[in-house]
Formats: sequence, structure tokens, C-alpha cells
Amino acid sequence: MPIERPNMLPTGPKPGEYYQRDRDMQPPAYTPIYKTSVLRSPKNALLSIDQSLSELTGPMFNHNELGPLDNDMISNYAQDGEPIGQRIIVHGRVLDENGNGVPNTLVEAWQANAGGRYRHKKDVYLAPIDPNFGGCGRCLSDDNGYYFFRTIKPGPYPWRNYVNSWRPAHIHLSVFGPSFSQRLITQMYFEGDPLIDICPIVKTIPDAEAIKRLIAPLDMNNSIPMDTRAYKFDIVLRGRRSTLFENRLEGN
Amino acid sequence: MVQPLHMLKETPSQTAGPYVHIGLAPSYAGFDIFENNFSNEIVGPDTKGERITLQGRVFDGSGTPIRDVLLESWQANSEGKYNHPEDFQAKEIEDNFRGWGRICSDFDTGVYQLKTIKPGKVPGRNGAVQAPHISLWIVSRGINIGLSTRVYFSDETTANATDPVLNGIELVERRQTLIAKRNEADGEVVYTFDIYLQGDNETVFFDI
Ligand SMILES: [Fe+3]
Repeated sequence: MPIERPNMLPTGPKPGEYYQRDRDMQPPAYTPIYKTSVLRSPKNALLSIDQSLSELTGPMFNHNELGPLDNDMISNYAQDGEPIGQRIIVHGRVLDENGNGVPNTLVEAWQANAGGRYRHKKDVYLAPIDPNFGGCGRCLSDDNGYYFFRTIKPGPYPWRNYVNSWRPAHIHLSVFGPSFSQRLITQMYFEGDPLIDICPIVKTIPDAEAIKRLIAPLDMNNSIPMDTRAYKFDIVLRGRRSTLFENRLEGN
Repeated sequence: MVQPLHMLKETPSQTAGPYVHIGLAPSYAGFDIFENNFSNEIVGPDTKGERITLQGRVFDGSGTPIRDVLLESWQANSEGKYNHPEDFQAKEIEDNFRGWGRICSDFDTGVYQLKTIKPGKVPGRNGAVQAPHISLWIVSRGINIGLSTRVYFSDETTANATDPVLNGIELVERRQTLIAKRNEADGEVVYTFDIYLQGDNETVFFDI
């Protein structure tokens, strides 16, 4: 099946490079409070390179590749009923740093069930698997960058970092954007969760304002009465220069 | 006071964690949910170019292979053209060649494997030519923000010698960490590319 290429690009003059990553806001590789990072963090400085066609381009996806229930975690793995837990909608926009919506981009999500257990052969937490919950979903943002999922609010779960570390409730999110240099995986947290402030993984982010941008507020206006509450979560990918005086990125 | 810039800031990265497979490759997590799954085999019957396997392991600072790593690859086709609307080169691209793969390491051995074609040379900046290469993006538990690197090919010595990115690596010995070794056995071409997160052979990673 040929891969359709939906228009993901801004109109107007041909834009330039993507802005450099703000490493003061992003977690560094080596963060001893998150113990697994100690042996998995490069010790040399990253090598800064000019973006070429290899970095400005990236994979694109289209609606034919997704199923109609892929973004509905309440029904996409239901066997003989609905999953147990609090019904929620997670919605928002994929934006770039210039504030423009990022259209037609793939957003993938995964999470634990209401008890804090993942459907993963490596997860052995004693909370039970929910027979009706897979815990993964995906969708394409629309023409304005808007995306949404329906799911169950995940439970917190313990993990062996310190003796008694617990992850706050969270949803893992993976996002593309039109350039492979924008590729991002992050986690969304829920407003009001006391575990956020004491989580070693949250604390890998060195900036308090940046941490706030990972906490989704309760959105009563988009909640469905007698049915489902909503949380709003915008995702910001790297923006790019809008004026290009050095117009030779492709080299010809 | 000055005018505000009104710029947003990139969302902070968080580790993909040990269960990344649920979201990005559910069959590796041990279940079947989507009709269409992304994979490490990215060539179709009408893809042009030399069929190759790229394989290796990702080692942590203790020398142990990481067995829960996920990699994504991005590359041009055999003509050196990317399947992307910003690649304006007057070259053909096969309709079904996206050029992107998603690869999980084996939970027992840590070996990762990509089935693809060898890409062509692609344009660099200011008229330069880049040697054939595959871009890699690496995430796992313990990696706070995805690591970017490139795979070059050991049989491209001439092109590698003038590649602007390889030449930008100040320590000449470290350039070798980006070169996959070619082997041919039973008519199959296999390039081996081991990745070292730390240690004497630490792979060069980029801030792009
Ligand atoms: Fe998690």
C-alpha cells in the first residue's frame, strides 16, 4: 500500500533549521537520583552538528495505518466488558515552539491499568492485570494539531529505585513531528498528585517550570456529565526558524 | 522592558521506561492489539538497492548488553532521497519506502536487527556530500532523553573520508565508533554496529 504523504508543513516561505534544544530544561543523561541512568548515560559531551536534510526530514504516517479504535483504550482491548477504573479523556494539541499546531503527526500512548499494573511480560507487580485493558493507544493529530484519547486513569505503582519509590500516576507519550530531530518521548502527570514532587524520574528535569509543563490540569469544561472527566495536555515540539537567508540546506 | 517573545518551550523529555514496548511495539510486550504494527523490516518487493541487515547490541557502562532498548532508524533510499516533502532532489522514490524502522532488542541476547537497504549518498550543507548513513534514535529505561547517532558503512572509505559529520569529530579514533563493519555470509550482507553508552569505545552521540 503506497504511503500517502499528508501535508505536515507550514505554508509560506520555506522555513529553516529547528531551534537548538534547551538543555537547561531537558533532563541531562546522568542523574544519580534515577539510578538506572548511572550506567546508561554517555560521559562525553554530545557533538553539536548542523542540521542537514537527514535531520530536517522524518517519517510520516497516515490514517490508513491506524484502526478506528486505536485511540480508545476503554474499548480497544475489551474482551467481555469494560476496563475497571476512572474513565477519562486526555486531549490537547501538538504544537511547535512558535505556537503553531503540528498537523497529522503520530501520537502514541501507553500506561498501567487502574491498579498500577502494565500488560507487559516483564511487569510482575502484584496488582492484577485487567482482562479488558491493553493500555496502549495511538492517533494522528488533526489539521490543527489536536489529538485525543479515551482511557482509564492509571494507578501509581512501586518500583525499585530507592527502597520505597512510587511512580505518580502517568501516561507515557511518544510524538514525532515532521523532522526526526523533533522526536520526543515524555510522560504526562495528573494535577494534584502528591507523588509528583517526590518522584526521582520527574526530578531528572532540572527546572521547576519545565516540570509543571508535564502536569495536566483537570478540564471540567470538556468532561462528559455522568460519564467521563477530561484532562488537557498540550505537547510542544521544537520550533524552527521562519526566515532563511542561508538557503542552502539541501546543498544545491 | 522589552516586548515579550511569546515563544513556547519544548516539552521536557522523560525516560521511555522498561515498558516502552506496550506503546510502541505491543507484540514485544506479549500481546496483540493493533491490526497494523510498525517493524524492523522496512523494504518491500519493489524497493531498489542492496538488501542489508544492520545488527548489533547496545552496551551499558558495565559492558552488559541492554536488553530492553528500542531504536528507531531513519534513512534515504538507494538513490539518496528521503521520503519527505522537504527533499526536493529530482530523484525517484519508491511509493512504499518510508525509510523508517522501529527495532526492539532481543530480551535474552540484547541483539537488535534492522532489515533494510543500503542508502545512497545524501546532500549535506553548502554543497557538501554526505556519505551513506542511517540515523538512529535510541531510548530505554535509564535514558532520560533519546540519544541520536549515525551509522556509516565500512566499505565506503572514500565517501566517509570527506563526510562533514565524521570529519567534525575532533578525536579521529572516535570516528570509528560510527562505522558499521560489513560481512558477507551465505549471500547475505550483514553490517555489525555495536553501540557503547560509556567506556573507552563510547559511541559519538549528537546534539542535532
Ligand atoms: Fe510507567
